[in-house]
Amino acid sequence: MKFPSPSSAEAVVSIAGLSRRFGSRTVLNELSLHVPRGSVFGLVGENGAGKTTLIKHILGLLRAEQGTVKVFGIDPVADPVSVLGRIGYLSEQPDLPGWMRVDEFIRYTQAFYPKWDVAYAESLRKQFGLDASARLKTLSKGQQAKAGLLAAQAHRPELLLLDEPSSGLDPIVRRDILEAVIRTVADEGRTVFFSSHLLEEIERVSDHVAMLHRGKLVLCGPLDEIKARHHRVTLHFETAQTKPPVIAGALSVSGQGKEWRVLCNGGRTELPAIVSALGARIVEEHTPSLNEIFVAQAETIVGDRPTTTSPPH
Amino acid sequence: MQIQITSHDGVPIYLQIFNQVKHLVASGRLSAGEEVPPIRVLAEQLVVNPNTVARAYLELERAGVVTKRHGAGTYISEAASTVSRREKLKLLTQRVDSLLVEAGHLGIDLKEVVELVRERHDETFSPAKE
Repeated sequence: MKFPSPSSAEAVVSIAGLSRRFGSRTVLNELSLHVPRGSVFGLVGENGAGKTTLIKHILGLLRAEQGTVKVFGIDPVADPVSVLGRIGYLSEQPDLPGWMRVDEFIRYTQAFYPKWDVAYAESLRKQFGLDASARLKTLSKGQQAKAGLLAAQAHRPELLLLDEPSSGLDPIVRRDILEAVIRTVADEGRTVFFSSHLLEEIERVSDHVAMLHRGKLVLCGPLDEIKARHHRVTLHFETAQTKPPVIAGALSVSGQGKEWRVLCNGGRTELPAIVSALGARIVEEHTPSLNEIFVAQAETIVGDRPTTTSPPH
Repeated sequence: MQIQITSHDGVPIYLQIFNQVKHLVASGRLSAGEEVPPIRVLAEQLVVNPNTVARAYLELERAGVVTKRHGAGTYISEAASTVSRREKLKLLTQRVDSLLVEAGHLGIDLKEVVELVRERHDETFSPAKE
């Protein structure tokens, strides 16, 4: 499948034909994507889809076995210093030195980044309600995430890289993290790349989305385009159907009797003719949520999964 | 400006903002000449991508609901009142539709519904009530 992508000249991250195997397992399979400068790029996929492995390649922690990875046009494995100094990174479980106090941790992190903004770090500390004299190991999980976020953000990185940042956190901390994403991208030219399995979050803050399923990209592009291409229609048949209707281009079909719901990728103009040939009409039409698109795409790829039959809503 | 974003029903977020601003104008909660929040401020408030807010504002400008003043923010346009009459009728149409469906279920015909509307109007707006 080919996706329209911005020219790699404007891309902060450029990945071409990246594959990775761990033993006999293919974790990343011929993956290509470009993260445009100034975008919020959301990476979605269930656990084990290969999201963290992909992020480790961007950070230069893993060498590309096949294909190329460029960050700011530089190979992050060959020249980690040039790349990492311009990235702010927060992982799902930030590895913080628990014995340090918050203020010590801030000074310690500052030493790694020449561009550290002391005033900004202090304003973030206050905003996050972090006590300067508290030891990191005594902080709650949410506060530890905020300390990690402060460390990732205070040098005003060109690329903020977040790996499942809201995993297991309460809604208030999640909101702080998402606000940090918004603030980062609102500053001219800064880019955010973040992975999540919370599709609602991705749908809210991202303008570009990549969907990873079992190591393969199943969708990649501007969120608006992805949403505009997919349609969810409810069909009403003259007579009750005992089997799901077969519709070309449909990703998923569910329902029973006279009413069936269909999710299609493209082919909106041909749909009325196909539907009326089956003896049905379109009674309702919606833009599907990212979550619905993801589920339908995942089902299609698995292929052998029996079609669900659930009563229409 | 009170706007609620939901990610459940699939309506694109820029469209949710677009519709709700139009709704706020139609219902008189935003009036001509009033300033709407800057893109960045609204993006942070709603926790949505700034480009999404920018797109909503652009569509609102195209629809004549807001006007940009050179470098001085975005305002509800004076022309919005004519746009909003159409919007008001559209809002009312939805209510009328559900009223007619309800009446249909209850087996009450159009003539009776119209009579009822007139009756309620007279009751609600009768001078005796003042």
